[in-house]
Amino acid sequence: MKHTIIATGLIATASMATADTPVLTVYTYDSFVSDWGPGPQIETAFEATCGCDLQFVGAGDGAALLARIRLEGARSAADVVLGLDTNLTAAARQTGLFAPHGMDPEGLTLPVEWTDDTFLPFDWGYFAFVHRTDMATVPTDFESLAASDARIVIQDPRSSTPGLGLLMWVDAAYGDGAGAIWSGLADNIVTVTPGWSEAYGLFLEGEADMVLSYTTSPAYHLIAEEDDGFAAAPFDEGHYMQVEVAGMLAGSDQPDLAAAFLDFMLTEAFQTVIPTTNWMYPAALPPSALPDGFDTLIVPSEALLLSPEAAADRRDAALATWQSALSQ
Amino acid sequence: MAIRAQPVSGLRGAGIFACALVLCATLGPLVAVAVRAEAPGGLGPADWAAIRFTLIQAALSAVFATLLAVPVARALARRRFPGRGALITLLGAPFLLPVIVAVLGLLAVFGRNGWVNHGLIAVGLAPIDIYGLPGVVLAHVFLNLPLAVRLLLQAWLAVPSERIRLAASLGFRPADMRRHIETALLWETLPGLLLLIFLICTTSFAVALILGGGPRATTVELAIYQAFRFEFDLGRAALLGLVQVALCLGAGALAFRFVRLARFGGGLDRAPHPWPGDSAARRVADGVVLLLATVFLLLPLAAVAAKGVAPLPGLPPHVWEAAARSVAVALVSACLALALALPIAAFIARRTASGIVEAIGALGIAVSPLVIGTGAFILLFPLADPARLALPVTGAINALVALPFLLRALVPEMRSAMALYGPLAEALGMTAAQRLRHAILPRLKRPLGFGAGLAAAFSMGDLGVIALFSAPGQGTLPLEMYRLMGSYRTDDAQGAALLLMALTLAVFWLFDRSGRVHD
Repeated sequence: MKHTIIATGLIATASMATADTPVLTVYTYDSFVSDWGPGPQIETAFEATCGCDLQFVGAGDGAALLARIRLEGARSAADVVLGLDTNLTAAARQTGLFAPHGMDPEGLTLPVEWTDDTFLPFDWGYFAFVHRTDMATVPTDFESLAASDARIVIQDPRSSTPGLGLLMWVDAAYGDGAGAIWSGLADNIVTVTPGWSEAYGLFLEGEADMVLSYTTSPAYHLIAEEDDGFAAAPFDEGHYMQVEVAGMLAGSDQPDLAAAFLDFMLTEAFQTVIPTTNWMYPAALPPSALPDGFDTLIVPSEALLLSPEAAADRRDAALATWQSALSQ
Repeated sequence: MAIRAQPVSGLRGAGIFACALVLCATLGPLVAVAVRAEAPGGLGPADWAAIRFTLIQAALSAVFATLLAVPVARALARRRFPGRGALITLLGAPFLLPVIVAVLGLLAVFGRNGWVNHGLIAVGLAPIDIYGLPGVVLAHVFLNLPLAVRLLLQAWLAVPSERIRLAASLGFRPADMRRHIETALLWETLPGLLLLIFLICTTSFAVALILGGGPRATTVELAIYQAFRFEFDLGRAALLGLVQVALCLGAGALAFRFVRLARFGGGLDRAPHPWPGDSAARRVADGVVLLLATVFLLLPLAAVAAKGVAPLPGLPPHVWEAAARSVAVALVSACLALALALPIAAFIARRTASGIVEAIGALGIAVSPLVIGTGAFILLFPLADPARLALPVTGAINALVALPFLLRALVPEMRSAMALYGPLAEALGMTAAQRLRHAILPRLKRPLGFGAGLAAAFSMGDLGVIALFSAPGQGTLPLEMYRLMGSYRTDDAQGAALLLMALTLAVFWLFDRSGRVHD
């Protein structure tokens, strides 16, 4: 009986503490919140300083995340959205649901300049075709890939953010010549998958010689599996970048906490978690602070990235080109 | 007359209520999406291409899956051998698996780097490439053949053993059995079965895309994804959702035009009588058919199992927690499905022209899961936190999805039970409840067990609804599996896939087992 009373008292205290603690809700993509993703470590680190309860809500991938925010509109429970990329930010900004971050970020280590007043980058990577190191001849650009008999698996730009990234990569590198590149690639493409997971899975099962992924993918195999049998193929055209960003919502009921989180996002405590959980480059960490193994990765000769507005403008035309070239 | 009106109208009321509930639950979300749309969209050439491809692949898949199922179901119905029950359960597995697991298993056998190609290359033959329309149809046959076999097997087993006994004593030869019994039961079952599989394949998305090889293989469901995710054009998403409903109703009207009711009369539920006219050649042929079907359906599962065994024991605790959540949702879903299916089946069974009602039941699979999920989200968001509703909504929507399958299995047996015991029950003045309990339900054990098992299995494998409603700490097993895949943890994902396959099969088996009679 005494135990019960003590226990009841404890539970009451615990729930009182919960009631007083402000909750910061961050919508993000699914793999961010998984136990192997950055989510759990970042939650612990931020909660240690913020006096709040940080709750991550996983909502599919980047595109699904934006759709969810649009569906919920101004009533959304989200305070921060983390995991959009620059191909989506123009549409995200247009919704009018996001508030300016009002920060002057220092120490960004992106290969491009950052001037966005609404979204702040937290990590980035280069898209690349990943292959096993025993591949006989590795293509050096899209033209030699199209001319080769290498079999590749890619993602559908309509349902996947890496798929959209590849669309933008070819568009940024070839402009009006993109249609010819896609026609040339048609016979190399084993198949097109709905998302990154299926494509990477098919590649690991040996269904294709190469898969569209990131230059940082081999680092996972090297560091987590101690397997140095994977590499990314450097392409002469340069590599299109994916910059992943976060923004706070105008309708947030915790604007100060949301701003504090964005601030925290660019500190070492957050940034050092990224490389070996999200397997991307952190956005504000010097190369010297990267874990061992990242130095073995290829560094593209040129970083390609369309501005969010240009990406939004080019998107529909690039998709039409892709669709007609691959539907022949 | 006055005595009769009471119970009949009570049952009818429940039937109409359940039908209305299903209509609201399937079309309501569609309307909700349309209402949220800002501008009415139109169908472009790409959409028409998607509709064309959807129809072609779904029709081919339905025809192949159904035709191939006939010899398999017949062999299973006629043969008794050790392990037959286990085999029937196992053969059902592909239909119960989450699509991505089934596809990876299939590719381990038939893919570019699959076992078949290793064999072909070893003996100096050219390797096969299944990507394209053949791959899509192959995968749909793999996924749906088990369902077709099970539903056909139900039809065969529903032939009263007294009829077979009678046929045997009349000296029926195989040709006579075909003419008098098998043709009749096929006419009753095949049209509805073709429709079901056709409809399942029309909402196919991941299979069509992964095995279709590219944008050539764009289905209506993928066009909906594009409208929703890529363009956020809710009007176009709703319009395409309506196209799916129109396809469903059109196909339903066509299919039920061909349904001929078989009239075998009732039986006394005695143990099955050996099929007459059973020659040695026939036995060998049945054996070969069963062997081929087993190899085709079980090899990919073996591939999934083989890859998952090693990582299984090392799976992290939260994967097991997710598994427990999935099982709970599955049980709820099974109960809901039964509660909906019984009154609707009773309602359908009372009328001869039931095409429209059965089509209403079929809407649950014909309406895009993405549209239902999105619509439900729009409807529920102003009322409650969607995250809190993630698991109940998953259970409810999957009960809807299982409904058409349940009806397919229930209606014929309900019909014969009512025809046989209806007059007697009436003469005895039984109420609807008494009639249901004493005359009808005992004869429906088999389809009820099977249907509840299906609903449970669908919920276990659901990835669509839960992904949209996901909330912290509410992940189900398929979602956790997918997250593992998305975090490079391919090995753990394979372990989770095996766990999912085993649990789904176990849940299905428990329900199905409880409904089995005489086998």
